[in-house]
Amino acid sequence: MKKNSLRPWLYLLPAIAFLGLFMVYPLVDVFVYSFEEGYNSASQTYFGTGFYNYSYVLHDPYFLQAVKNTFLIVMITVPVSTAFALMISLGLSSLKKLQELYQTIYFLPYVTNTLAVGLVFMILFKRTAYSEGLVNLLIRFFGGSSVDFIDGPYWAKMFVMCFYTVWVVLPFKILILTSALASVNQDYYRAARIDATPKWRIFFRITLPMISPMIFYLVITGFIGAFKAYSDEVALFGTDLNSAGMNTIVGYIYDMLYGNSGGYPSYASAAAILLFAIVLTITCINLLFSRKNVTV
Amino acid sequence: MKVVLQDLTKIYPSRTRKGEEVRAVDAFTFEIPDGKLVGLLGPSGCGKSTTLNLISGLEAPTKGKVFFGEDDVTALPPEKRGVGLVFQNYALYPHLTVRQNILFPLQNLRGKEKLTKQEMNTRAEEAAGLVQIDALMDRKPSELSGGQQQRVAIARALVKMPRILLMDEPLSNLDARLRLQTREEIRRIQRETGITTIFVTHDQEEAMSISDLIVVMKDGVVHQIGKPQSVYDEPVNLFVAKFLGTPGINLFTGRVQQETLLIGEEAVLPVKGCADGKVIVGIRPEGFIPSEHGCVSCHMERVEVMGRDTSVVSTHPCALNEVIRSIISAEDVPNAASGVIRFEIKPNKTYLFNPATEERIRFTGTEQGGET
Repeated sequence: MKKNSLRPWLYLLPAIAFLGLFMVYPLVDVFVYSFEEGYNSASQTYFGTGFYNYSYVLHDPYFLQAVKNTFLIVMITVPVSTAFALMISLGLSSLKKLQELYQTIYFLPYVTNTLAVGLVFMILFKRTAYSEGLVNLLIRFFGGSSVDFIDGPYWAKMFVMCFYTVWVVLPFKILILTSALASVNQDYYRAARIDATPKWRIFFRITLPMISPMIFYLVITGFIGAFKAYSDEVALFGTDLNSAGMNTIVGYIYDMLYGNSGGYPSYASAAAILLFAIVLTITCINLLFSRKNVTV
Repeated sequence: MKVVLQDLTKIYPSRTRKGEEVRAVDAFTFEIPDGKLVGLLGPSGCGKSTTLNLISGLEAPTKGKVFFGEDDVTALPPEKRGVGLVFQNYALYPHLTVRQNILFPLQNLRGKEKLTKQEMNTRAEEAAGLVQIDALMDRKPSELSGGQQQRVAIARALVKMPRILLMDEPLSNLDARLRLQTREEIRRIQRETGITTIFVTHDQEEAMSISDLIVVMKDGVVHQIGKPQSVYDEPVNLFVAKFLGTPGINLFTGRVQQETLLIGEEAVLPVKGCADGKVIVGIRPEGFIPSEHGCVSCHMERVEVMGRDTSVVSTHPCALNEVIRSIISAEDVPNAASGVIRFEIKPNKTYLFNPATEERIRFTGTEQGGET
């Protein structure tokens, strides 16, 4: 009897050991660091405990800027990309010819390297001494005045950032949504046709509820992914995100640890815990919302 | 509303370049009288569901016309035909309650047909009452049994008062007991509403039991149309004879010689008006009467008693089936020990078919009549 009760634990041991060592322990450690003032990882010393790290981070204008940027990116890109993906998937699934070709084309960005894509965006948007960038050429062509999207005004940089993020996350969402649309039993649409259901009503009353679990999945993972955005910003604006005013929370944490102004694990830990709290809250709100609205 | 099908044909192009095109429905001409319950019957892949889709408008015919009453609806899309369709898998919207499902078609009505909320609710309640699901109105389809879902699907099809009600394999997803009950229910609902109803089934018993008319199809071709009993009693060819009836018809190879039917070397029946030659003989299980001086001698295998039916299972060297099943009355049960059992056969339960064309060969026996 006793042997039996030990055996499952033995099987679980490798996984528990790994997860404990590389997930749980660092999590707890980060939590502890965030309360230790002036922790030095080299000497393993600190001068005191308390909420000072949080207070510092929350009063740091760079952090506040990063929070603002992150929230803007999340709030703009998640709904926009999901809506776009839904529209494109609807278009794709109503195609009769060459559907697979178009699906492949729409999926290409997913398999393209982030930094390579960033470079392409730079070429499209950046204004240099030699060239204006393709987008500016177009703006000039239509009679507008050119804007520096990479080093220019905040709104222009934020626009490029959101545009880029939407473009990068779109393929995965399209992939998920086209397969969700394809999995809806055609009999529902036949039944709706027989009953003379208008197209918009078929979409809102049948299609949307049927694929709502997948949309919900995309929104949750989209939120979490956008909150963790960092590499996309680096690809577009370089590593000195603070001076570009385009830092994100994860970027701030990285800078606090390793950046030019780095070497402050305590501040980084406090910021990480704050990010964790934000993502947790948003996910809980999403779950509560979905319980009411998502039908499975 | 009567339904007229005129030379209705549906051809699917072949998938491969060299493959053959598929004639799913071939030159179907038929008039379904108003207010009748019609069963389209045939083995799977015979084109009966395609016929239903052609009537509903979900598929367009390659050739031919469909009329509802006097209106030519061939070119009309399904939403303008005013048909109700019950799907094999019911196709109830899983996220809507029973009430919302039934209301769904009514909420689509526009223009002068538009109903007030009050009217819609009344209509939905009526439809639910008709199929006896009024107590389940606020449940989701997943909380209902198969039979209840079926009723909801019928209510949803009926609520908009369709001109024609179509059902695709309405009973195939139900268990045996529920199937019996639901088919009576369909009969009752059809009688009460008087809507011309066409349903598709591969189960001959189902079609025989509730239809006013049955249409027997095979490979896209209509073989016979008629009242269930008359199709059973007077099959036009071997396929129809084999397809109808449980247990199935017993088949023998035989020949006609001087207007006498022979099975093996035994003269079985006088068949007036038949030319000499080989024939296939079909005898319904109820066409055998055990008799000491019977003209067909079979080798007895066993006696099976199932409920009220007693059947004798035997073999015969000329039989095309593995065993011959004959249903006999309980008093006639022969002595099971004897190896050979002899039967008289009833001429009106015996059919002759041309072995090449499988068409029926008519004959007039000398002692016509007996029980039917």
